[in-house]
Amino acid sequence: MNPLVVEQVTVAYDRQLVLEDVSFSVPEGKLVGIIGPNGAGKSTLMKAMLNFIPRMHGNVFVYGKPYEKQRHLVGYVPQRNSVDWDFPTNALDVVLMGRYGHIGLWKRPRKEDVDIAMQCLDKVGMLPYAKRQISQLSGGQQQRVFLARALAQDASVYFMDEPFVGVDAATEKAIVQLLNELKMRGKTVLVVHHDLQTVRDYFDYVLLLNKRVIAFGETESVFTYDHIQKTYGGKVTFLSAAHIVG
Amino acid sequence: MSYTIWILFTAALVGINCGLVGTFLVLRKMSMLSDAISHSVLLGIVGAYMVSHQLQGVSMLIGALLVGLLTTFLVQLLHQKGVQSDAAIGVVFTCLFAIGVVLISLFADRVHLDVEHALMGEIAFVPWDVLEVGGKSIGSKAVWLLGFVLAINIFVIVFAYKELKISSFDSEMAVTLGIPVVFIHYVLMGMLSLTTVASFDSVGAILVVAMLIVPSATAYLWTDRLSVMLICSALIGVLSSVIGYMGATAFNVSISGAIAVATGVLFFISLWIAPKHGLLRKWLKKSPA
Repeated sequence: MNPLVVEQVTVAYDRQLVLEDVSFSVPEGKLVGIIGPNGAGKSTLMKAMLNFIPRMHGNVFVYGKPYEKQRHLVGYVPQRNSVDWDFPTNALDVVLMGRYGHIGLWKRPRKEDVDIAMQCLDKVGMLPYAKRQISQLSGGQQQRVFLARALAQDASVYFMDEPFVGVDAATEKAIVQLLNELKMRGKTVLVVHHDLQTVRDYFDYVLLLNKRVIAFGETESVFTYDHIQKTYGGKVTFLSAAHIVG
Repeated sequence: MSYTIWILFTAALVGINCGLVGTFLVLRKMSMLSDAISHSVLLGIVGAYMVSHQLQGVSMLIGALLVGLLTTFLVQLLHQKGVQSDAAIGVVFTCLFAIGVVLISLFADRVHLDVEHALMGEIAFVPWDVLEVGGKSIGSKAVWLLGFVLAINIFVIVFAYKELKISSFDSEMAVTLGIPVVFIHYVLMGMLSLTTVASFDSVGAILVVAMLIVPSATAYLWTDRLSVMLICSALIGVLSSVIGYMGATAFNVSISGAIAVATGVLFFISLWIAPKHGLLRKWLKKSPA
């Protein structure tokens, strides 16, 4: 059974279609890049799959059941700038939030949850910053805290919205390492991504999106010059596209 | 107990209640909703009077709670229909407040409530308005009411601490974790309504906004921990009450006005000297050593 099946998802803002009839199905243990130009609806797709914004129609199935019934299996890493980093809390506390689903409503975190959160911070190389106030972390460190939080959540399917934006080289490496580790453990990860240069290195599958699905499949066969041109409306020059496709 | 102690006790309870609830308003960037609810609860009080012919106690709390939640709901509704959120707040609370004002003037000859009292409060009368049980006075009504609301506020914050925290920090993440974010929003607005109406009689609709927002904004400058911010905010509320009361008796001015001025003074002092976010520290950091 595929971990994620998306069927004919359509989203409209003010009667204007921003996503049309998006369907795809992801096998287990794959890293999937969602690629497309600005305004192609990449983040919108993620938000529609997670029910943050209403879908006009369409269904999202996680391991065979509607997403609404499988929330606990899905982890979400929002864009870094979607939260207020001046919030009075530290890195460990933010990672601990990933455990809230396991702890249950109205209950307190147990010692074992704190231990797991510490391990997750360690995995992204942020253990020394556990007690650091989150506004005093660099952009890359903040992104790593978000990833540690997703790890602590221990989901089966992950949605990550632009995790590579504005991070330093060390963080980029840490994220790639983490994605591969998740894959080894049989997790399925969808990543909104904008850097065409790295697509081939990072992702097993790509979803080329521009309001509708231009192409979906294994990176090897789908990430082609023609598909990229079609996705970006011919705005990628021949040379750079040739370079990207390799 | 003496007159002074009852007033200080009342003001301190207002400070603690407002400090606790205000912390979440400041962190959720909803300061203006406190302005809205502090005004629209007037309609709830008048409405409660029309139904129960009483101007106190449980009926008043229920009236304020209903109108407070109605305000929140209408603001949300207008916003969803495409009205900008600040405009939605402005439209809803002025309308509800105005209806309250009209109703008060309609019943003016029968109700001991006037618009000036509603806006400014009169904490100086608090000690004489006592609660009697079996013919015996057991202390100021305002203190009992504020104490009751404080118990509710503390209970909710302790019980739902982690839910309040995550829905304030990252509401989208909270939704994916199955946390009832909308329910928590309404619970918080309910706490705000109760806090406002309990503080209303003492400090009035406008100054209750000062008590909700300023101590919390001050506490925000002093700490990096939510739990510490809650305690700090409550303590700053109490401190403002004491300083304000002393100032008011020294210069023979409005007590509630002096308390609100004290919150402002503490804020500006903190803005300069707070160890982590104060301006002095920032400048010292910048200048070469």
